Amino acid sequence: MLELKDYRTKVHNDWCPGCGDFGILNAVQMALFELKLEPHEVAIFSGIGCSGKTPHFVQTYGFHTLHGRVLPIATGAKLANQALTVVAVGGDGDGYGIGAGHFVNTGRRNLDFTYVVHNNGVYGLTKGQASPTLPKGVKTKSMPAPAIVEGINPLATAISAGYTFVARSYALDVRHLKEILKAAILHKGSALVDVLQTCPTYNDINTKEWYAGADLPTKAPRLYRLEETGYDGVVKNPADSNEVNQKKAQAIVRSFEWGERVAIGLFYKIDEPTFEDMLANRMPAYKEVPLAKQDLYHRDVTPLFEALT
Amino acid sequence: MLVALDKETLLGDLHKEYPTHNGHRNEVSPGGGIIYDAALRLKPEDIGRPDVNLYPIPYMDILVGALKEAGHDKELSKYQVMTNTVAFGASVALIDYDFDTVANTIREGFAGRKAALGELNVKAARHGYDYMKETFPDGFAYKLHSVPSKEKRMVIRGVQAVGIAKFKAGCGLQTYYPITPATDESEYLESRQKEHNIVVVQTEDEISAFLMATGAAHAGVRAATSTSGPGFSLMAEGLGWAGITEAPGPVVILYQRTGPSTGLPTRTEQGDLQFVIHAGHGEFPRMVFAPGDVVECFHDTFEAFNYAERFQMPVVVLADKYLASSYRTVPILDTGGLRVERGQILTESDLASRSAYRRYELTPLGVSPRTVPGTRGGIFHTTGDEHDELGHITENSENRVKMMQKRMRKLQLAGEYIPDSKKVNFLGPQEADVTLVSWGSTKGPLIDGMQDLEGDAIRCNFLQVRCMSPFPSELVAKYLSRAKRKVLVENNYSGQLGALIREHTGIAMDYKVLKYNGRPFSQNEVYEGVKEATQNGLREVVMAHA
Repeated sequence: MLELKDYRTKVHNDWCPGCGDFGILNAVQMALFELKLEPHEVAIFSGIGCSGKTPHFVQTYGFHTLHGRVLPIATGAKLANQALTVVAVGGDGDGYGIGAGHFVNTGRRNLDFTYVVHNNGVYGLTKGQASPTLPKGVKTKSMPAPAIVEGINPLATAISAGYTFVARSYALDVRHLKEILKAAILHKGSALVDVLQTCPTYNDINTKEWYAGADLPTKAPRLYRLEETGYDGVVKNPADSNEVNQKKAQAIVRSFEWGERVAIGLFYKIDEPTFEDMLANRMPAYKEVPLAKQDLYHRDVTPLFEALT
Repeated sequence: MLVALDKETLLGDLHKEYPTHNGHRNEVSPGGGIIYDAALRLKPEDIGRPDVNLYPIPYMDILVGALKEAGHDKELSKYQVMTNTVAFGASVALIDYDFDTVANTIREGFAGRKAALGELNVKAARHGYDYMKETFPDGFAYKLHSVPSKEKRMVIRGVQAVGIAKFKAGCGLQTYYPITPATDESEYLESRQKEHNIVVVQTEDEISAFLMATGAAHAGVRAATSTSGPGFSLMAEGLGWAGITEAPGPVVILYQRTGPSTGLPTRTEQGDLQFVIHAGHGEFPRMVFAPGDVVECFHDTFEAFNYAERFQMPVVVLADKYLASSYRTVPILDTGGLRVERGQILTESDLASRSAYRRYELTPLGVSPRTVPGTRGGIFHTTGDEHDELGHITENSENRVKMMQKRMRKLQLAGEYIPDSKKVNFLGPQEADVTLVSWGSTKGPLIDGMQDLEGDAIRCNFLQVRCMSPFPSELVAKYLSRAKRKVLVENNYSGQLGALIREHTGIAMDYKVLKYNGRPFSQNEVYEGVKEATQNGLREVVMAHA
């Protein structure tokens, strides 16, 4: 019987005390455990940044890659072995800044994998510069002056790019995050889980207290759960373009809500053929056996030569 | 022979505000011929080549005749582009080549729904052919006749040789971002995807192309990407990651073109050798091979996959535009002796008998047995940070030294493993007046040029360096230490192989014959350049035939 500890390594964790990354790490480990995924059938990929160290703490195949480049490497591995459960993790600077081109184009493919973004509004590892998600006008403590450019909206971008599962959760609400991650992993297609993550060291604006609404006159929490408001982001009939467009529009509008009310939960989901399905349409054998397990080493190339005579 | 379809081809465009060339009439060898449009009403002195034969023929009149015969003479404007086929037919007549072969070749180009257009083109070619035969019955001093051959021969380009080698080697994933002249190879692979089960992905950029292939290589599939210089510049980042994580690939085919930046994007150069050897920050092992012809393109590509997996490092095959795109006639290649060698991969049963698996185990040879994700008991971690044997980050100074030595030792091991025949080619007599030194696609013109030099009683031999990393220092030093006069021939500005040889052996070249105008060397340039350098004692000669 697998236990939760089977998903943990003994590697020393050097994240700052109180870092939201701990919540994400725990949720990832719990999601894998509760889905009963064998550790050797899972591969976790990360970019560079504080979040980049995540694979070292999870006892699965683990790839700590380059800044912004986690998605191409994870894609290559998934294409090589469709039987692997592939989870990519990264930061907001990693995925929405330096890796933005990969973020958009990976969504277009609808590869069957899950992308978890630790979104804290700052570059923590390099001591707190503004990240691509930091809203215009905001100044965190190590910035000399407030940001003068707009922050990106990851959820709206993901929906436009073609991700077929788009959700947001909160690093300090591990149970919610774990359930979202499980649904994302089970989803057949590209899943983006944008995780609002507190950086107690460098983001002194979007703190645990801020998310709890401590600064608001009402003292009401900013975060609320979409599913508790009757919101339904799931497309029932993917062939119905009216429904698809309506669900996309609804999700995009909701994703721009930021301030006194911030939604978490599943914004949008649709079942569409995956990249693997599309490849299998071209190559029937691709569907049956993972590429890494096929014997590709005895191809007869004589007809290829003959065709040139 | 020059077949000029317009005045500019013949005389150049020097009259224009931004001229690009001064006409191809000057490139025709003495005794050669020029076919051009009689409607241009040029006098022989306008062309200014009393030493070549001139064949003015009225393209449009001949085409009208052909169209009349086919009942299409009312549609001249639609078909006037076919004057090129008229000129083609005329050139075929001049060299007395078999018209039926030509007609069938035209038909092949217009198969299916375009068959009728094909027949029209055959007719146009025939009219050009007949006109030339009647008007210039004495013909031309040079004839081209088909040579009977017992063996089956192929007409093959570098991109196809590489593509077939990838199939043969078991490549399962090819990535690419569109770029001249590499894209043809990926399209070739994709067009045969169904029969051979290869995933071909057009990525968002070359960073992604390289890393997607690297991810696939780590996950147990032989993977490759193809690009040209601008794309390889973007791949440099990934190369370092593949190096430090000891990825068993990818194989990168780099078809060099004229740089820097966009340079002359559709033309050739050997300008990326030093870049490929050094690309990426820090020090890490990579293997680099430079095939000299289509046959070597095939073999070097095939072996590149074996090396990538055996030594767990990226392998670059350094070709160029000239090799990629020009056609060669060669016998069907013998693939009987080729063997796929995947290096040491541990399976579940191998792992069952081991204690904890260490992906980066320090071994005497530097290569650590690997596992493929999905294997029970084979879990590993990897990172672009310096890491310990388990693949976890450490800044421990002793570990750093051991890991550097482990990775670099693999390159030395590879050097011991690669047979000499794949490192260099040495052609010609052991003793010679002049030793030519070169690499890559200059091989062909060099071998031809050597014959011309022999004709002038200059005895030549030729050292072609094929393996650039690990550099075959001893082998190169052995051949060069007994050379009398060493002439470096390279399709670049600085003589990059010469610098590499000097770096590794201390041996300097006596003369350099260089060319960097975007065009490949010609046979007579090799002859002229080598002669000029050695007889006039010029340290450096720059060739510039267009």
